[in-house]
Amino acid sequence: MSNSLVGRRSLELIGFALIALFILIVLPLALDNFRLNLVGKYLTLAFVAVGLVLCWGYTGILSLGQGVFFGLGGYCMAMYLKLEASDPVSTKIQSTPGIPDFMDWNQITAVPLFWKPFYSLPFTLIAIVAVPTIFAFIVSAAMFKRRVGGVYFAIITQALAAVMTILIVGQQGYTGGINGITDLRTLHGWDIRSDHAKLILYFLCCALLLGSMLLARFVLVSKLGRILVAVRDKEERVRFSGYDVANFKIFVFCLASAIAAVGGAMFTLQVGFMSPSFVGIVPSIEMVIFCAVGGRHSLVGAVVGALLVNWGKTVFSESFPELWLFAMGGLFIAVVLAFPRGLAGLMTDQIMPLFDRLRGGVRRPSAAPAE
Amino acid sequence: MANNTDFLLALEGVTVSFDGFRAVNELNLYVDNQELRVIIGPNGAGKTTVLDLICGRTRLSSGSIRFKNREITGLKEHEIVRLGIGRKFQTPSIYEDLTVFENLEISIPRGRSVAGALFWQRTDEVIERVREIAEMIFLDRHLDRMAETLSHGQKQWLEIGMLLIQDPELLMLDEPVAGMSVSERARTGELLARLAKGRAVIVIEHDMKFVESIAHRITVLHQGQVLAEGNMDAIQDNPRVKEVYLGH
Repeated sequence: MSNSLVGRRSLELIGFALIALFILIVLPLALDNFRLNLVGKYLTLAFVAVGLVLCWGYTGILSLGQGVFFGLGGYCMAMYLKLEASDPVSTKIQSTPGIPDFMDWNQITAVPLFWKPFYSLPFTLIAIVAVPTIFAFIVSAAMFKRRVGGVYFAIITQALAAVMTILIVGQQGYTGGINGITDLRTLHGWDIRSDHAKLILYFLCCALLLGSMLLARFVLVSKLGRILVAVRDKEERVRFSGYDVANFKIFVFCLASAIAAVGGAMFTLQVGFMSPSFVGIVPSIEMVIFCAVGGRHSLVGAVVGALLVNWGKTVFSESFPELWLFAMGGLFIAVVLAFPRGLAGLMTDQIMPLFDRLRGGVRRPSAAPAE
Repeated sequence: MANNTDFLLALEGVTVSFDGFRAVNELNLYVDNQELRVIIGPNGAGKTTVLDLICGRTRLSSGSIRFKNREITGLKEHEIVRLGIGRKFQTPSIYEDLTVFENLEISIPRGRSVAGALFWQRTDEVIERVREIAEMIFLDRHLDRMAETLSHGQKQWLEIGMLLIQDPELLMLDEPVAGMSVSERARTGELLARLAKGRAVIVIEHDMKFVESIAHRITVLHQGQVLAEGNMDAIQDNPRVKEVYLGH
C-alpha cells in the first residue's frame, strides 16, 4: 500500500517490539519484586486500554463501563480462589466451616448455587472470558440493534458500572460487598503469594497482554478493521454498502470486553483480591483516560498510557494523596486540548516528521487517521 | 393489494407523513429495467424522501414498494442493498480515513459478515476489480491516496465507484453533480451514461442543463406527488410544470 501506511505499520511493529523488550526484560532487571508486582498490576489495566483502542479508537464506541468487564473477569477468578482458600480446615473457627468467610459473617450457611461451578478450574478459566463476553453481547446487542450509539451508549455503559457496583456492595453475602473477595491464597494448590509465584504471574500477564495486542492487531489489519474505521467515519454508508453494522459493533465490543476480562483475572491473581473499587464509574473513566493519554488509535500507545498514568498515580498519591483526582482531571483536559491523539499521536505527528526533516528527507504526509 | 408488474421498481400509493406533514402523498412511480430516470422538483417536493423510502432509511406510513415483484417495505437497509439497490447520498459519503483502494475494496459485495470480513483475502481478483472500477471513475492513479485528500468532485466519483463495484440492478443517485466544476460535470455525464448500461438508474438533479444532457424520462415531483412525467420536451412544454418549477 502507500508509503505512509507502510511507515505507520512498521512504526507499530517497532513500538510493539520495544514495549515487549521493556516489560519482559528491562523492568524485571531494573525493579525489585514489590515494584515489579506493581507494574504487573498496571499491566492488567493495560488490557482494558487495548480493548478500548478497538472499540473507542477504531470504531468510535466510547464505553464508560469497561470496569464492569474487568471486574467480571476478576470476580470469576476470585470466586475460584476464594473457594479453594475456604477449605474446612482453615475455616474451622467459622460457625459454618468450609464456606467463604464473608458468607459466614452474613449468616449464609451454604455455598450459593451460582458459586458451585467455580470449584472447577477449567470452568473458571472458561467463565473468565465467557461470562463478561456474554454479558457484553446482551448489552451491546440490545443497544446496537436498536441503533443506540454515541453519547447514549456511553451514558448507558456508565449507568451499568454504577448498577454493578451497587449490586456487588448490596449483595455482600454473595459477593463480599464493599471489601470485595479477599485473602486469596492458592491456585490449584500453588501458592500465589510467594515472590517466585508473583514473578511467574508477572510474565504470564505480559505474555497474555502481548497476545491480546497481537489478536487486536490481527483484527485491525483485516478487512474487518477497515470496516470498523468506516463505521466510525460514515455509519450510514457502511449500512448502505450491504453490511449489518450492528453485528460489527457487537463483535468489537464483545472482543474489547473479553480482553478487559482477562486483565481483570490477572489483576486478581497478582494483587490477591478483587473489589468493587475496580468496577464502578471512577475506575471505568480512569481506564478511558489511560487509553486517551497513550493514544486511542495505537495499541502500543494504550499500554504506554496505562503504565505511565498508573505509575504517575502511585508516585503522586504517595506524596499528595488528596490532589490525585485533580491531577487526573487536569490530565484528561490537557490531553483533549493539547494532544487529542495522545502520546502515540504526538509521536507520529510531531516527533517523527521532525526526525525526517533532520535527516533532510521530505516531510511525510500525515498517515494517521484524522479526528 | 399490489399486482405483479413487469417493472423493476413499483411504488404504489406510497405515503409518508412526519408529524402530520405529508412529505410524500399517495405517490405512484414505476421504473423499468435499464431505464435512466431523472426526478426533478422544487425544494421540499419529496425527492430525497422518495429515495429514502426505497432504500429503507425512512419507513412509509402506507403503500407498497416492490422491487422485482418483491415487497421490500419493512426490510432492513442492508437487506435491500443485498437485493440489488445501491444509493448515493447527496453529500459525498466516503470513508475519509481510508485510501481510495480500501474504500472500493470494502464496497465489494462479498465477505459482508463479521467472519467474512475478518478472514477476507485481498486476492488478485479483488485487486483487478478495484482497478477496473477505479479506471471508470478516473481515480486509477490515486488508489493509494487517503480519501480525505481528494477534491470534492473526486469524492463524488469515488462514491459512485463504491456503488458500481456492488453492481446493483437499481442505482439511485442524489444530486451527483452538485458542487462540481463544468468539466467535472461533463465527465460525470459520460460516466452516468456508461454506468446506466445494464442497470436502471434514478437520478435526482437540480441542474436543468445536466438533466437535459442525460435524461431519458423525467418525473416532476411537487408536494409529494407526481406532477408530470415524460421526456424533456413534454416536461418543458407542460404549463403546470412551468408554473411550479421552471418558471422560477
